[in-house]
Amino acid sequence: MYLSTARVAPVPRADGPIRRLLSGNVLALGMVSLVTDVSAEMVTAVLPAYLVLGLHFSMVQYGMVDGLYAGMTALFRLGGGYAADRWRLRKAVAGFGYGLSALARLGLLAAGPSAAGIGGALAADRIGKGLRTPPRDALITLSVPAPLLGRAFGVHRTMDGVGAFLGPLAALGVLALAGSGQAFSAVFVASFCAAALGVLLLVLFVRDRREPVPRAERRTWSPPWRLLGAAGFRRVWLAAVLLGLVTVGDGFVYLLLQRREDLPIMWFPLLAVGTNLAYLLLATPMGWLADRVGRGTTVMVGCAALLSVYALLATGGGTIPLILLLYGTFYAATDGVLMACAGPVVPERWRTSGMAVVQTGQALAYLVSSTAFGTVWQVWGASAACWAAACGAALALPLCGRWLR
Amino acid sequence: MRARIAVAVVATVVLVGVAVGFAWLSGGARPAAAPSAAPPGAASMGASAARVPAGPGVLARGTADGPEYGRLVVAGPGGRDVLDLSCVRAYAAGGTGVCLREEVDAPGSYETVVFDADLRQTWSSPFAGVPSRARVSASGRMVSWTVFVQGDSYAGTGGFSTRSGVLDTRTGTVVGTLESFAVTLDGRPYEAADVNFWGITFAADDNRFYATMSTGGRPYLVEGDFAARRVRTLRENVECPSLSPDGTRLAFKKPRPGGTWRLAVLDLATMSETPLAETRDVDDQPAWLDDRTVMYGVARDARHADVWAVPADGGGRPRLLVPDAESPAPLR
Repeated sequence: MYLSTARVAPVPRADGPIRRLLSGNVLALGMVSLVTDVSAEMVTAVLPAYLVLGLHFSMVQYGMVDGLYAGMTALFRLGGGYAADRWRLRKAVAGFGYGLSALARLGLLAAGPSAAGIGGALAADRIGKGLRTPPRDALITLSVPAPLLGRAFGVHRTMDGVGAFLGPLAALGVLALAGSGQAFSAVFVASFCAAALGVLLLVLFVRDRREPVPRAERRTWSPPWRLLGAAGFRRVWLAAVLLGLVTVGDGFVYLLLQRREDLPIMWFPLLAVGTNLAYLLLATPMGWLADRVGRGTTVMVGCAALLSVYALLATGGGTIPLILLLYGTFYAATDGVLMACAGPVVPERWRTSGMAVVQTGQALAYLVSSTAFGTVWQVWGASAACWAAACGAALALPLCGRWLR
Repeated sequence: MRARIAVAVVATVVLVGVAVGFAWLSGGARPAAAPSAAPPGAASMGASAARVPAGPGVLARGTADGPEYGRLVVAGPGGRDVLDLSCVRAYAAGGTGVCLREEVDAPGSYETVVFDADLRQTWSSPFAGVPSRARVSASGRMVSWTVFVQGDSYAGTGGFSTRSGVLDTRTGTVVGTLESFAVTLDGRPYEAADVNFWGITFAADDNRFYATMSTGGRPYLVEGDFAARRVRTLRENVECPSLSPDGTRLAFKKPRPGGTWRLAVLDLATMSETPLAETRDVDDQPAWLDDRTVMYGVARDARHADVWAVPADGGGRPRLLVPDAESPAPLR
């Protein structure tokens, strides 16, 4: 039975049956992510309508509610990662993160029209997300042998993407069932139910290895960033930061597409749907490719796809489906693959912290690059901004290839 | 293992049951006033008015609990008529009405509907977003609307942005978003990704218009030329302008620190601002009852609001104009 396979220490093997991969911890974590993403995207889909129509919030208030938490999430991510490693509590920290996000759904209901309450619920949701992501990815790396990591992350990201894809549909289904676009509480309750199911699946089916903490180690304080002292890890981290720096943000890409084609506003949300579809369909094949031909090579493929996206946006070439396909390819070839690179270069003892450091570096780099892109757009125009981004991607391509070899 | 699977299956069934049951009950608990969701122009439905009564009066969205909630009402000397049309935001002028509402067959999706005095639908278009503002030019020709859209960023850093569209009912021209117009900021051509528009008001020639444009976190008053597809900034810190019937002044909401607004009037000849006697926080695109009076909605709570009026010269005091209503439009 598959619970026992998860307990087996990851013995490096040239290859293993796919069945083993699909039936282990990875599948359980994938299911947890799937239902959790359904839950999260249900709320995302109705949140603007809820705040504006349901509560008569103004745009300014929403901005204040929304904008505060990027730095806070980074702190919780690093702290949670450290705690998970220090006391061997990967599953518990992940479970706490999932549980906190689930409770945040009820918090939205309970907050009513209070802006502070809504802000608190959204903050709790983000803290939960920050806490759960590194231990989840660490558990994936501990569940399969290193040569299969690309596929494991591919399968996980595909399931994650399916959840994100189904979430908005589920929200519309709930609204249709209630017969009103104002049935926000019904959406929040349904979202809570999905999130609670995610926590339950985690508790029931996800296994962590609880090796004892050596007594001698108990009093040592080892900040997560000390991991950067190791050359192997530093290279992966640099690649992650570089990828963050060349990602200008979906918002900009979609805005450029919309303006260029004078796309009816109605269609705008479909751009994200198209990218997500390409991502979830390609994540598993790209993971397989990474295991076969090399992770660095696969990330280079991703950089090439991103480079094409920026070049097409700068020149006005290509069709929307082609650009979305390339954009989805970029995410599929880099997101999970990068985590697959990070796993083996961090000692198991500090695996969660390693994941947290990589993810935080990438996220902060992304904040920098999206701000810079907006500024370049404003000063030199959209086309120049796209060319600058394309140059960045062209630089990142060989560097990532080298660092992730 | 078998026990765990059994627990998971039972829990799944229970949780799905709770979710579906709650949605079902919250649907069943709604007041039976749902028929107001019928499209305009459908067969007349009993007691309420099937056409817009002649002015003078104020057309607004009713917020009184019960069958009236969400439907358009007309408050005039003869009392209050409830119309067979539900909207989230509405306006009417010159025999043309605009109604931003939830699509009848798709809860959670919204559309712009243009209707005539008999509440017949003459044009409609779905939009992705949440209704915010709606306006019709005095002649009834130019229809405009503003919607909130979710932050343009999938990564969740974008917050909200707005999109403003215009329909020329005479030519059928539709501009989905003013973002496609050329922008001149402080006299220089300007381009930026974060340009947003809201709160449009058209002048008597049905070509010139005013609106709010935001970029770099600052709201500007812009004057636009619809045919030439361009706008230029006039001034900062003017939101949701509304042109007076005589075309000489703009009523608007002026942003204050802390995300609140104060109503004011801008004289276009002298560019001097006059704060109005309404000191409460007003988040609305005001409307002109006549050349001397500005009216606007003030929320009482998340579901209820009242329409108030205040003199446009900065004097006097606010007075309750139409209780239990919002989104006012003058019927002349």
